[in-house]
Amino acid sequence: MTPFDHFLEALTLQGGYNSALVAIGAGLLGAAAGGAGTFIFLRRRALISDAVSHSTLPGVCLAFLAMVALGGDGRWLPGLLLGSALSSLVGLLMVEWIARRTRLSEDAAIGAVLSVFFGLGIVLLTVIQTLSTGRQAGLQTFLLGSTAGMLTSEAVTIAVAAALLAVLVFVLRRPLTLVAFDPDFAAATGVNVRHTDLAAMGLALLVTVIGLKVVGLILVVALLIIPAVTARFWTDQVSRMVLLAVLFGGAAGYLGAAVSATAAALPTGPIIVLTAFAGFLVSALFSPVRGVVSAALRRRRFQRQVHRRQGLLALVRGEPIYDGLTLQVLRRDGLIRRDGVATLEGRAAAAKAALDEARWSLVRSERADDPVLERYDGLTPLEDLLTADEIAEVDRRLPSPEGVA
Amino acid sequence: MGAEFVQLSLTPLLIGVLSAVACALPGNFLLLRRQALIGDAISHVVLPGIVVAFLVTGTVTAWPMMLGAGAAAIVAVLMIEAVKRLGRVEPGAAMGLVFTTLFAAGVLLLEQSDTSAVHLDVEHALNGNLESLIWFDATGWGSLLDPQALAGLPPQLPRLAIVTLAIGLFLALLWKELAISTFDAAFARTVGVPTRLLGGALVVLTAIAAVAAFDAVGSIIVIAMFVCPPAAARLMTDRLGRQVAWSVLFAIVSAVLGYVLAGYGPVWLGAANSVSAAGMIATVAGVILWIACLAAPRRSRTG
Repeated sequence: MTPFDHFLEALTLQGGYNSALVAIGAGLLGAAAGGAGTFIFLRRRALISDAVSHSTLPGVCLAFLAMVALGGDGRWLPGLLLGSALSSLVGLLMVEWIARRTRLSEDAAIGAVLSVFFGLGIVLLTVIQTLSTGRQAGLQTFLLGSTAGMLTSEAVTIAVAAALLAVLVFVLRRPLTLVAFDPDFAAATGVNVRHTDLAAMGLALLVTVIGLKVVGLILVVALLIIPAVTARFWTDQVSRMVLLAVLFGGAAGYLGAAVSATAAALPTGPIIVLTAFAGFLVSALFSPVRGVVSAALRRRRFQRQVHRRQGLLALVRGEPIYDGLTLQVLRRDGLIRRDGVATLEGRAAAAKAALDEARWSLVRSERADDPVLERYDGLTPLEDLLTADEIAEVDRRLPSPEGVA
Repeated sequence: MGAEFVQLSLTPLLIGVLSAVACALPGNFLLLRRQALIGDAISHVVLPGIVVAFLVTGTVTAWPMMLGAGAAAIVAVLMIEAVKRLGRVEPGAAMGLVFTTLFAAGVLLLEQSDTSAVHLDVEHALNGNLESLIWFDATGWGSLLDPQALAGLPPQLPRLAIVTLAIGLFLALLWKELAISTFDAAFARTVGVPTRLLGGALVVLTAIAAVAAFDAVGSIIVIAMFVCPPAAARLMTDRLGRQVAWSVLFAIVSAVLGYVLAGYGPVWLGAANSVSAAGMIATVAGVILWIACLAAPRRSRTG
């Protein structure tokens, strides 16, 4: 079997019960992350989730130690996730507290909380490693995520939690959208902005906690940020952006988990992140609205329009044209012959351009305050903006009707 | 405090202190320019840098790794700018997108390549191995004057000393320009300070500090030291010079106290093994910042 067959198998959920569950769970997680991430992204607080995700580590370790102290196994996933949720909540509140109560800015608070909590977590990890029960704890997999050898019960836990989270994002979408779009208006209509912000961060926190085992705490922040940034390339509408981010996140989670299931050396977390980044790259290049390629094409079209117009005006005035691009544009449109002499079509187009220019200059001097005329860019024909009657009126008052004959 | 201390603890302690100071110095300006998280981003992308350097050269020697990491830092900064401009997204999101992607690429490359023969893994990159940087050739305090023993110093120590000195020199020479462009960029431009160039130089300096310290102490300390000591110092004073001095003091205290607590703390508590020194240094820095947040004289927001 080729790796591609493996990939297809995993993609169509035939690669075994566990990997199917993991793929579905990762897809749901990605979808929930895309939704929650969009709201945080729109509130310009994307990196708070980085502090939240790093501050899960001490909680995981403390939960492990607590469960061992109580005579348990220490690796029971729901317990570890509960511990991580509690400590990341402490981290989140710390960031809020530092940013609100002291003169330090939010980014300093984020950096401080993430590095200190992570450092504390590493200290606790070394403590666990020295315990006899801790040698096989495998808590390191929480750093980068690992779905290889995951227990079925763990996969079920993750898939169910991710599904619930996706439902929660759906339920909370209205106040979150309102605050993300216009916090002042939201406050005026009685929405508590601070609580809504906290709810959005709470969703991000849950994404982080559920994503620990799949993506790992260092990379889970990517699931919250990249789908939202990707979606931003395709629309200017909040509700559509959320929907797109949910789709992108879900696709990245599902595809990434499927690809990662095909070989041992393809760690789940990094593959999911790189899949999401591939989606971002494609969007950044090819999105029709804000993509790099479409922007370049638009610029090129505009440039050619300007050259065509200026070339035509030069033809009317009988001035020689030297600019290479102008000549090329005119020649390609069949407006001039190879020796630079205007064709019949060229003369007609030139006359039309000259007439339009004359109409514009008359109208602009007389009706300076008309908002319609603010669209003057030297390219739009006046005929497109005024009615036929108005054009006739303008033509009547042109000083000497030129070029029409 | 005899021969054993010199052999086992003196060099890691010095390396920890130098790393902390090297990161805290530029951290002051990053903090004031609201770029505190640049250090976070750079220390994440160091991993792909050293992995690529390893794949190209096939060895784990210092200079290719430093060059690779430095190049990765520059690539990351350019990518962040590109994402910011093209996507018209906020700097935080652009940063998060870039550093997670590059870090993921680094982990994937590492998994794909055969690094079992060399000491190169993600955990090392995060935690560093401060405790292992011991001075084999030392026999006691006298070794400090013995050229032969000095030649056996861990190479990280002289390297970090040079980097710290260079950073200190840079800040001292360009102090006035840096201060003006940090507090009032528009005014700085009118009096002819090349603010963009200076900002770029600061980022490069940050990358150099991150890379040099990273090799010895891992990325946790690097991130913690870029932010925590300058942030705590910011709460102590309103004067830039004093802030930098406080931050250096806090960095040194964090490094020394953290190292000592990691090495001897568990023994005092009756445990046999020491805990991660890098993690403990970051934790102590956090505690210092926490105390500063609660009690420092200039902690509250004014105006």
